[in-house]
Amino acid sequence: MENINYIIPEITLFLGICLALMVGVFFRNSFSVVIKLSILILLGVIYLILNDWGGEQKIFLDSFKNDKFSDYFKILILISSIFIFFSSDQFVKDKMLNKFEYPIIIMFSILGMFFMLSANDLILFYLGLELQSLALYVLASIDRDNTISSEAGIKYFVLSALSSGLLLYGCSLLYGFTGSTNFDEIGVSLITQNTGAIFAMVFILVGLAFKVSAVPFHMWTPDVYQGAPTSITNFFAVVPKAVGLAVIIRFMDLPFKNIIEEWQTIIIFISIASMILGSVAAIGQKNIKRLLAYSSISHMGYALAGVATGTVSGYTSTIIYITIYIIMNMGTFACLYLMKTDGKYSEKIEDLSGLSKDRPMFAFSFLILFFSLAGIPPLGGFFAKFFVFMSVIESEMYALAIIGLLTTVISAFYYLKVIKIIYFDDSKVKFDDVRNLSIKATIFLSCLFLSLYFISPSIIGSLLNELFI
Amino acid sequence: MNFPILSTIIFLPLLGALFIFISNKKNESSSAIYISIFTSMANLLLTFFLWYSFDNNFAGFQFIEEKNWISGLIKFKLGIDGISILFIILTAFITPICIISCIISVKKRLNEFLISILILETFMIGVFCSLDLIIFYLFFEAGLIPMFLIIGIWGGPRKIYSAYKFFLFTLLGSVLMLAAIIFIYWVVGTTDYTEIYKLKIAKEYQYLLWLAFFSSFAVKTPMWPVHTWLPDAHVEAPTAGSVILAAILLKMAGYGFLRFSLGMFPIASEFFTPLVFTLSIIAIIYTSLVALMQDDMKKLIAYSSVAHMGFVTLGIFTFNKQGIEGSIFQMISHGIISAALFLCVGVLYDRTGSRMIKSFGGVVNYLPNFSLIFIIFVLGALGLPGTTGFIGEFLVLLGAFKINYLVAILASTGVVLCAAYMLWMAKRVVFGNANNAIVTKLKDINFLEATILIVLCLASIIFGFYPEPLLNTMDISVNEIIQNHQNELTVNLINK
Repeated sequence: MENINYIIPEITLFLGICLALMVGVFFRNSFSVVIKLSILILLGVIYLILNDWGGEQKIFLDSFKNDKFSDYFKILILISSIFIFFSSDQFVKDKMLNKFEYPIIIMFSILGMFFMLSANDLILFYLGLELQSLALYVLASIDRDNTISSEAGIKYFVLSALSSGLLLYGCSLLYGFTGSTNFDEIGVSLITQNTGAIFAMVFILVGLAFKVSAVPFHMWTPDVYQGAPTSITNFFAVVPKAVGLAVIIRFMDLPFKNIIEEWQTIIIFISIASMILGSVAAIGQKNIKRLLAYSSISHMGYALAGVATGTVSGYTSTIIYITIYIIMNMGTFACLYLMKTDGKYSEKIEDLSGLSKDRPMFAFSFLILFFSLAGIPPLGGFFAKFFVFMSVIESEMYALAIIGLLTTVISAFYYLKVIKIIYFDDSKVKFDDVRNLSIKATIFLSCLFLSLYFISPSIIGSLLNELFI
Repeated sequence: MNFPILSTIIFLPLLGALFIFISNKKNESSSAIYISIFTSMANLLLTFFLWYSFDNNFAGFQFIEEKNWISGLIKFKLGIDGISILFIILTAFITPICIISCIISVKKRLNEFLISILILETFMIGVFCSLDLIIFYLFFEAGLIPMFLIIGIWGGPRKIYSAYKFFLFTLLGSVLMLAAIIFIYWVVGTTDYTEIYKLKIAKEYQYLLWLAFFSSFAVKTPMWPVHTWLPDAHVEAPTAGSVILAAILLKMAGYGFLRFSLGMFPIASEFFTPLVFTLSIIAIIYTSLVALMQDDMKKLIAYSSVAHMGFVTLGIFTFNKQGIEGSIFQMISHGIISAALFLCVGVLYDRTGSRMIKSFGGVVNYLPNFSLIFIIFVLGALGLPGTTGFIGEFLVLLGAFKINYLVAILASTGVVLCAAYMLWMAKRVVFGNANNAIVTKLKDINFLEATILIVLCLASIIFGFYPEPLLNTMDISVNEIIQNHQNELTVNLINK
């Protein structure tokens, strides 16, 4: 029974989901009730995790690990999901997505992510991964009457299933060559140059790279981002990416820690390829969601650059990066909920033209968010990149640092293009005056954080102390 | 004294910008005008007070402020010496002038313009105060955002192209500097300038690091062949934007060369001197020739800026007292004179909507007061004795003659060429007959315009006749730089 105490957050989440499901089934038009209930459940889970913050326990035959690292990411995804629920409320209603399944599926994927984050065993890890993937397939095609959304869902399903298959094959190879499914034991027995295990590592890395949409496994990203409803894109852009990176760090830090030379080359390649492709391909985009898709690919490149160092400071810098990335994206997507003309949501970048004349505050938030995404000081995005490059140069990987810094210049170009359209061009479309406090609060909080982050840039870093022991 | 005067000077304009932002009302800018003038004037007074309490006989940094910033890594450290205080005064002096000029000439979205200028002032003063490389980089880069908006929103017909070019050129140069700064952190263990200055960077690293810093400063100076963004940016920027760009933003690079390239990489600086001299000479002669051919007054002054900055880089890398003091003086003088010239062009542009030389002529008959001031600044730009321009160029050439006759003689031709294009422009614009009927209907400068131009004029003439206060302030710090440079070279020679 003692073990149960350590997975109370997961159990609570699961029981909460069941409760919400019951409410949804037995009451008509219960969307607004279910979504409020879901927010309450998520808040409750946050409380439970904070209650037990910082300890490290391995339970269930060392297959489940509850440590500060997983706690941090759990809190991160819970908070971002709550913000998504809040800010997308209006959008979901306008798009007629207000079915009670919507928050429940999201919570199921969160439950899967909890197990991915806490897994210390290949089998448990794979189960968690499948739970979140199944939920994400449904989410991608939740707007089922829309062909683009259905197409996005199918595309995501086929490619993601393929990558899960590769990952599972990698897991089986790993088990075959090391004789264990436990991360710690694999880590110990991988000391020798084990060629089969290296194959396994490559397969697993491919599967994980797909989840964070790193080049060359990025093909689904622009289509799914564009096809899925904006609120789902918001979720896709933030939560699974954070978890994917966390899991990559977990794998590199535990089972693969002794074959660092082997995976380092792969991650460096993936990182450079993502940075370059993400910044070059975004230049020609006309749809803002596609632009954000390519932007997220290049951001994943920078985040992986921190992983590529294979050092604690590198992992920490990646976690700082992903945290700031999440905050920037929450703000940016909340801005998309405000792009509404005559009751219809717009996704074209050119519709933003001349925004600064009609809606100066809205335009100003775009300014802060996009300059921050571009990594221009003194905004938060700069510090994210700064910490990553700090650890990359510490590990004497100069080529990676120089390429990364040069691609920031390329990517600055397309962020500037959006700013140019907003500030320098003449107004074409007039947006509706959406009066929604939760959207505006999300944008405000995100901009406030990004513009004041320079006052104390070590605030996230200090949270992460002693994350890796 | 414990009062954090440097932080106050840095963040006061930001506070003003915040107040304007909060009190922002559509089509209503009187409160914004008062707030901006008040904060910038208060800042000017504070810098005068700073200058008054500054100790001219102390070689190190003064008014040092230190605060933990990124825990365990970097400290937020500010401090000034005899060189940086002059640039702070220049910045605080030029900003109110810009604000008044844009109150006169900017018609649309004045509030945002004032906010941008005040934020820019914060970043510019921050650059000159910071004693930590990361903080320096932060302020150095942050200035891009407001300047990008100033060019892009209030600029001329090709504003978008120019704004992009300005932003991307500068960013590309600077990212390499960021890589170098982080590298220094890991090699030396700190990014605190005063610590690096004591600990010294090993010789084998200096060359590459120098080049990385050079890539940033050369773009910003701008040196030939990366100067092409400057004419575009100047031509398209609104008057106040051009003034800030010419008067202060370009000086950041000269200051960067003096403070960081010379201070941290003395051996590499010596090694790369021929490169800098070559580029400077090309800049002086080539851009002067280009300036001769310009039809657009703003473009002409922009090219003359490149040429004048050529003198500055030349002077810095002579490594002797005359050269360095001359180049600092040249920067201050160029800050005053080019700002005034851009304002003069702005006066004509506001009235006629044209900057083309050929559309004027005979201006002296209709705007006598304006013409008098304009001619004074033209003569100042070409280095007439009695203006600040003369002292700067004279000292730089003096320093250059000390080390290399050829370089000095070639640079001197720049003075002649400068006289040629400036006087020719003045002749075509101010004298002769009116080519354009519009000119005959123009009104002379009004009180506000006269005030800012006369203030600049007085500054140029007073320091032209009596440069002592400026030279005294910078003297000890310049000696310190030269002394350090000599010591390093001697040590290097002995090691060989």
